[in-house]
Amino acid sequence: MKLNLQSIIRSYGIVIAFVMICAVMAVLSPVFLTVTNVLNVIRQSSIFGIMAIGMTFVILTGGIDLSVGSILAVVGAVSAGMLKGGMELLPVVSLALAIGVSCGLANGVLITVGRIAPFVVTLGMMSIARSLTLIYTTGYPISGFAGTFRFIGGGDILGVPFPIVLFLLTASIAWVILTQTRMGRYTYAIGGNEETVKLSGINADFYKTTVYVISGITAAISALILTSRLNSAEPMAGQGYELDVIAAVVIGGTSLNGGRGSVWGTLVGALLIGVINNGMNLLGIPPYFQLLVKGFIIIGAVLLDRLRED
Amino acid sequence: MRMTGISKSFPGVTALKRVDFELSYGEVHALVGENGAGKSTLMKILAGVYRADEGEIWLKNQRVVPKSPKTMIDAGVSVIYQELTLIPYLSVAENIFLGREPLRSNGLIDWSAMWLEVEKLLAPFNLFLNPRSVVHSIGPAFQQVVEIAKALSLKADIIVMDEPTAPLTGSEVARLFEIIRKLKADGVAIAYISHRLEEIHEVADRVTVLRDGERMVTAALSDLTVDEIVSHMVGRKLTEQYPTVEFPAGDELIRVEGLTKKGTCKDVSFSVRSGEILGFAGLVGAGRTEIMQLIYGYRRKDAGRIFLRGREVQLRNTRDAVRCGIALIPEERKKQGLVLGLSVIDNSALSILDLNTSFGFIKWPAIARIVGEMVRSLEIRTPSLYQKVKNLSGGNQQKIVLSKWFARNCDVYIFDEPTRGIDVGAKAEIYKLLLSRARNGAAIILVSSDLPEVMNMATRILVVFGGQIVKEFRRGEATEEQVISCALGLERQSTVEALAAGAHK
Repeated sequence: MKLNLQSIIRSYGIVIAFVMICAVMAVLSPVFLTVTNVLNVIRQSSIFGIMAIGMTFVILTGGIDLSVGSILAVVGAVSAGMLKGGMELLPVVSLALAIGVSCGLANGVLITVGRIAPFVVTLGMMSIARSLTLIYTTGYPISGFAGTFRFIGGGDILGVPFPIVLFLLTASIAWVILTQTRMGRYTYAIGGNEETVKLSGINADFYKTTVYVISGITAAISALILTSRLNSAEPMAGQGYELDVIAAVVIGGTSLNGGRGSVWGTLVGALLIGVINNGMNLLGIPPYFQLLVKGFIIIGAVLLDRLRED
Repeated sequence: MRMTGISKSFPGVTALKRVDFELSYGEVHALVGENGAGKSTLMKILAGVYRADEGEIWLKNQRVVPKSPKTMIDAGVSVIYQELTLIPYLSVAENIFLGREPLRSNGLIDWSAMWLEVEKLLAPFNLFLNPRSVVHSIGPAFQQVVEIAKALSLKADIIVMDEPTAPLTGSEVARLFEIIRKLKADGVAIAYISHRLEEIHEVADRVTVLRDGERMVTAALSDLTVDEIVSHMVGRKLTEQYPTVEFPAGDELIRVEGLTKKGTCKDVSFSVRSGEILGFAGLVGAGRTEIMQLIYGYRRKDAGRIFLRGREVQLRNTRDAVRCGIALIPEERKKQGLVLGLSVIDNSALSILDLNTSFGFIKWPAIARIVGEMVRSLEIRTPSLYQKVKNLSGGNQQKIVLSKWFARNCDVYIFDEPTRGIDVGAKAEIYKLLLSRARNGAAIILVSSDLPEVMNMATRILVVFGGQIVKEFRRGEATEEQVISCALGLERQSTVEALAAGAHK
């Protein structure tokens, strides 16, 4: 049987690119493939990787969520404040998730009921949530938490860092939702043809709202990890994260027009960005150049995808 | 099912005026009328998409007030829309069960039950269609079947079909009719909207004719001839549908030699002279549209030369083609020919903006004059130049596409399916306009799947099969059967041999 090289590249292009970049890094840096570094890369990727999983839902419907970085900040700040005020871990986590849900719900309702473009609504939310963070923190970081909270970002289970466990767990749950439940299939369907979904008697607005809630929840999870890991909630935390998050989704092969894509693509996309960040640090590339390289890689990945389609 | 006294108006337009429509179980009731006559609006009211301003809907002697499409779906009404409404990247099974996926006790989708159910649904259709196939990849005929299977799985006893045969080929149409007869025998009531009057005679029991939002007649089909239906539709007798005028052929305006693109077409050569109309016949998917797009520089060709007025030209993109005097009136009016949300003047002026600027600023008065003149000479029915084109009927929209290119005097006009989905009256007008270009000395290329159209309008006919020109006829030289058998590839061998023999001489 002849293997069809072209169709392999088409289906697994991003995985091949990922493996190749890893191989190049392994050759250039002896440190790259050590267990410590690999875990480090995945742990760093998990923060925006988890948000990228939520973002995958949003982009599959043909929407966009620019507010994830700011939601992360406000969740981090409020959680930190409550911890300092003596609140227990479980209520803090619940509160954090509730804030994520509320921000996502506000986004979703404004988009569906208010009929405002997702770009505009989430751009507004990005500004609002950032401002609330600054007001709440009065511009200063809130830091120094108890050991139980530090576990979220710093602990491990059987040697696997807890953020990685959360990352894989989130991805698995998302995969089940997207492929095995109505919610997930309607997410694809809305991105494919919203009109048909509505004419099929499905409450499309409900599902569209839900994807923003999911995005809010994943931003809240990442907020807990980041705040715990840094042992501090910074008022400007998560600024610019939306770009890495959207990049991970897009590199992972999810169409910005909606209807097409997968969680596993996003997972690989997030890891790819993580490897690039890590690799450039290992190679001692100055930070000013790192953004440049990242920009080229993002555009290049999508360009390759487009060239393959023709 | 009974709809009585239905009225509906949209801003600026009265779509329906006190229309009655009835449907009995086990009946196929055809609904015909020109574009803009109100057929689709009436059916959308039945489907619960629009709400009627006036009038009542009765189902099985019960009055129904449709609040949403869901109410009507639950009441057993399914609509198969003209533009297929499937979700491209979901599977056949998911499309059929959209909104009603079978679930397992743990809340996850029960895939095996779904696939089994779909196989059962598809079994009577007697075709090979995997429920797991992605809809995007299965082709229009299968997509239609998916829509019908979806309606059946909804236990619909009223099915509305809006132009179901438009994307289908001859044998697929025959198969669809078989399915319709089967549905009828099972007691399903079918409302059948179509422009193809011969088809209606074949499948329908009764017909209702709408004109300008009013019901003209409802009668058993055995009591009406095609001509009578047409005269009810347009309100006048159409004596001659195809104007057959021939203009003296002048200089050769375009010659194509050896046009080739892997997987699309091979060694396509032809030439068209001034005043000539060259028809391209063939089946949907034979590669005609693609050939035109290659010439027009919209796709990149692998090999081939194009000569305009005897001089070879390199057309790297559509801008080169337009500058060299080629115009393409594309197949898909709404997607490729118009910007639906823009006005008449914005659309018509798209092709002439570059000719009407001074220091980079658009000369709107000059353009308004040109477009105004076009609207008058093409008899485009629009309240103003500033009306959005999406509010106009299909025939008028097509005229706007034409006006866009007529405003720019081109040497070569390529018409790709110019009358698809257009009503009889507007068709005749489109033909007149096409001829007017030939009279002015342009070279016309007419791609059409409507066989009578291409056979009557074109001076010469090329038949395309599998991306190659397999046969050339002069007007009146061939019968429809001959052209069809060429288009099916049945006469290919002999033609290829003949060409080879000719080359040897």
